[in-house]
Amino acid sequence: MRLRTTTAAAAAGLLLLTGCGAADMTEQASPFANAQGARTVTLSVQSWVGAQANVAVARYLLEHELGYRVDTVQVDEVPAWDALSQGRVDALLEDWGHPDQEQRYVVDKKTIARGGDLGVTGHIGWYVPTYFAKAHPDVTDWKNLNKYASQFRTPESGGKGQLMDGSPSYVTNDKALVENLNLDYQVVFAGSEAAQITQIRRFAQEKKPFLTYWYSPQWLFEKVPMTEVKLPAYEDGCDADPEKVACGYPRTPLQKYLNADFARTGGKAAAFLKKFRWTTEDQNMVSLLIADRKLTPEEAAKRWVDSHESTWRTWLS
Amino acid sequence: MATVTAPALRATLPGVLKHRAVRKLLLLALVAAVLAPLAHARWHSGTWPAALTVDLTDPLTHVSDWIIDNRDSHPLFLYFFGHISNGVVLSVRAVYLFLLAAGWAGVTALAAFVAWRTAGVRLALGTAAAFLTCGLLGMWVPTMQTLALMVVAVLASVAVGAVLGLAAGLSDRMDRALRPVLDTMQVLPAFAYLLPVVLVFGIGVPAAVLATVVYAAPPMARLTSLGLRGADKEVLEAVESLGATARQRLLTARIPLARRELLLGLNQTIMMALSMAVIASVIGGGGLGDRVYQALASVDVGAALAAGIPIVLLAVVLDRVTAAAGRGTEPAHGRPTTYALLAAAVAVAVAVRLAGRLDWPDAWTVAVAEPVNRVVDWMTDHLYSGVPVIGGTADWAGRFTTWVLDPVRDGLQGLPWWSVLLLVAALAWLIGTWRTALTAVLAMAAIGVLGVWEPSMDTLSQVLAAVAVTLVLGFATGVAAARDDRVERLLRPVLDVFQTMPQFVYLIPVVALFGVGRAPAVAAAVVYALPAVVRITTQGLRQVDPAALESARSLGATGGQQLRQVQLPLARPALLLALNQGVVLVLAVVIIGGLVGGGALGYDAVFGLAQGDLATGLVAGAAIVCLGLMLDRVTQPADRRAKKGA
Repeated sequence: MRLRTTTAAAAAGLLLLTGCGAADMTEQASPFANAQGARTVTLSVQSWVGAQANVAVARYLLEHELGYRVDTVQVDEVPAWDALSQGRVDALLEDWGHPDQEQRYVVDKKTIARGGDLGVTGHIGWYVPTYFAKAHPDVTDWKNLNKYASQFRTPESGGKGQLMDGSPSYVTNDKALVENLNLDYQVVFAGSEAAQITQIRRFAQEKKPFLTYWYSPQWLFEKVPMTEVKLPAYEDGCDADPEKVACGYPRTPLQKYLNADFARTGGKAAAFLKKFRWTTEDQNMVSLLIADRKLTPEEAAKRWVDSHESTWRTWLS
Repeated sequence: MATVTAPALRATLPGVLKHRAVRKLLLLALVAAVLAPLAHARWHSGTWPAALTVDLTDPLTHVSDWIIDNRDSHPLFLYFFGHISNGVVLSVRAVYLFLLAAGWAGVTALAAFVAWRTAGVRLALGTAAAFLTCGLLGMWVPTMQTLALMVVAVLASVAVGAVLGLAAGLSDRMDRALRPVLDTMQVLPAFAYLLPVVLVFGIGVPAAVLATVVYAAPPMARLTSLGLRGADKEVLEAVESLGATARQRLLTARIPLARRELLLGLNQTIMMALSMAVIASVIGGGGLGDRVYQALASVDVGAALAAGIPIVLLAVVLDRVTAAAGRGTEPAHGRPTTYALLAAAVAVAVAVRLAGRLDWPDAWTVAVAEPVNRVVDWMTDHLYSGVPVIGGTADWAGRFTTWVLDPVRDGLQGLPWWSVLLLVAALAWLIGTWRTALTAVLAMAAIGVLGVWEPSMDTLSQVLAAVAVTLVLGFATGVAAARDDRVERLLRPVLDVFQTMPQFVYLIPVVALFGVGRAPAVAAAVVYALPAVVRITTQGLRQVDPAALESARSLGATGGQQLRQVQLPLARPALLLALNQGVVLVLAVVIIGGLVGGGALGYDAVFGLAQGDLATGLVAGAAIVCLGLMLDRVTQPADRRAKKGA
């Protein structure tokens, strides 16, 4: 009998707690947010270091200049849009262009608001190490790639040359490109950017030739100089059909996005994140400090902040 | 071939086992002789025929779009999933705020108190040291986030597991219905079902907690049912004769009698939940797992290790404390001491709180990342290539890929599809029963129907290669440890660490050593599966009846002869169990190997998660499950089932 009353009481308590009403998942924040009365901003960090640099500096300024507490969550590019729309994260500081998602969340559902330019222009391409390009200058044109296929061979690529691709979350047409340009290459997916960087540095240490999918701005260029291989020029719409792509990649001005509610009610933090805008050199400086000198993101951000006060002052006003 | 040799075998080896094995093979050969030409004529040999596949891309994309479009309006989400998600967020938050309010000193003191109460002074000191180390590594807040998530996930898993276990323990029909489900969950690599959870609940803590519950509840259910069924019949009869009602019997006799199993279930659930804490970071679980994951993005092994160590420490402490509780070796101490110590713990918490030192002081942290990175760099630099005579690790990886992985993969992909099914059937039937064989064949066929035959064969080839390496190394080490106590004592802490260290931590060193590709995936799988294989082998060899060994010795057998002719044959069940465990663990990591260039199903699963692409991810996930089922059934000894049901 006592058991039954307890159960009933517990059930009633649970109903009271949940309020019997609708529970919209898109309105639920992270349980770790706003602990101990602090105002919290949750930022999405993507897996590449450039994105970490943006977040490190934004976080440093939010914490030290504006008095917020900042949580970061690592999310891949496409799921980050979903998390942003649900309010699991408040802001996404570097997006490389996802038209489908933009249409769905910004235009149709209006749960995400545009946050303006990051100030950095992104470019994706195929790269060979500069030491190899100097010895064989004609490798930088895609038409000559087949001539060198045997030099780019690895155990993973079988009898063909290896074109190394990175994380599955990145925008890539490489499989279609290899096919449509009739290249004697095999796309080998490193599976994550960390694995790809580790492999590139290994190759560079041995001065071995390699061909890789890569992008700028990227701090690794400072450690392993690489030269771009010219692909057929990009024209608007030439990548419309993913199966038939036969052109290179566009140059993309990277964008910021905010959760729509946060953009309205986020106060100083939202205003600051909308104004946040820096250059490729700035981002590379912080990235390099994090990834190569192995500083913590916070120390790296502090160094940049200490030496660039005039830049960030304008973001706060 | 089989028909010719069979009579001869039967004549010379009249043993029952051989007899039965030959009969099974004969029957299979007969079936094959009828069906294979049919299959060959109807479709074609080689890879799985396209006519027998079902393309799920369109319906799955449709489902995915529907969920995203209706997630904030459809009643199913508003009134069901929404409340679940809300409940998880509220409870995790409550625990997290409590932990923060207790402060670092309070949490440490309370944990030490609990450890002392259940397991004695030594473990209490160990627990306190473990928590302080988490703080010293600068990981206090992430540790508390992980702990909060863990507390909620473990409580939910225990509740779900206990209810399922009660049902299965009390009703035979429920038991029959649940067992295949639990068996399947046991072999399910966590990566396989992250995607559907994320789609419904979105990235974040609710999804992470729910994925953890799915992963961690089965052992609790299994052990609860086992405990209830294993209760002493005579005690139950005695209670019944006293006129107790069914509920009284359950509450006063059967559950208390099952205490050992219940606590063992709790122990296993905690361990599974912790290992999931890191994988859950891929879907926004936060905490320590997220730190490991973020550190890896910048190729920072040291920082990953700094976040990995608290996970290992938490695992070791929780394991030891719950194991001690299960043994029931409570140290004798009076109530007054208990209250006094509890009061002391609370006093410490309050004192530190009043002193305004609630957060872990920043100055008290030790940076381990840099020295670790230097060591790892040095090692990988010197081992990668140019080592005289044996060549560097890169050369080995290249040779392993060219001479082992490639031929096995090409062989599997080149075999006619029906012959693969036949091989699976033969192996599963020889080791197990016709039921396991049937499940294995059906699982394999499902892979073909899903249209991922080729990548599955690729993954399978990696699993087979990794299992072979693991078994050779594991059995050798296990034999050495079983023969010499010193070796075992030396090995134990190493095994503990490797078994609990999140797999993500050693993915990067593995790439640095072996380059990108399938070789590093195999290497990571071997590292992960080795401890379990070594441990089971050692235990199995040690449990061999001493009398049998003694008589062998008195007959003048040498050490090697004893091992080959007495110990290994007698430990056969343990060795088969080691094989079974090894296969399941290897598969889990080969999938994660998709992150380091392993390709195949692992890459598809990672791709699905990264792009939110349900069609690719879910199909790969389903294929992984089928592959796991098949591998488990093929290596499942016939008597395991009987033992489990006891």
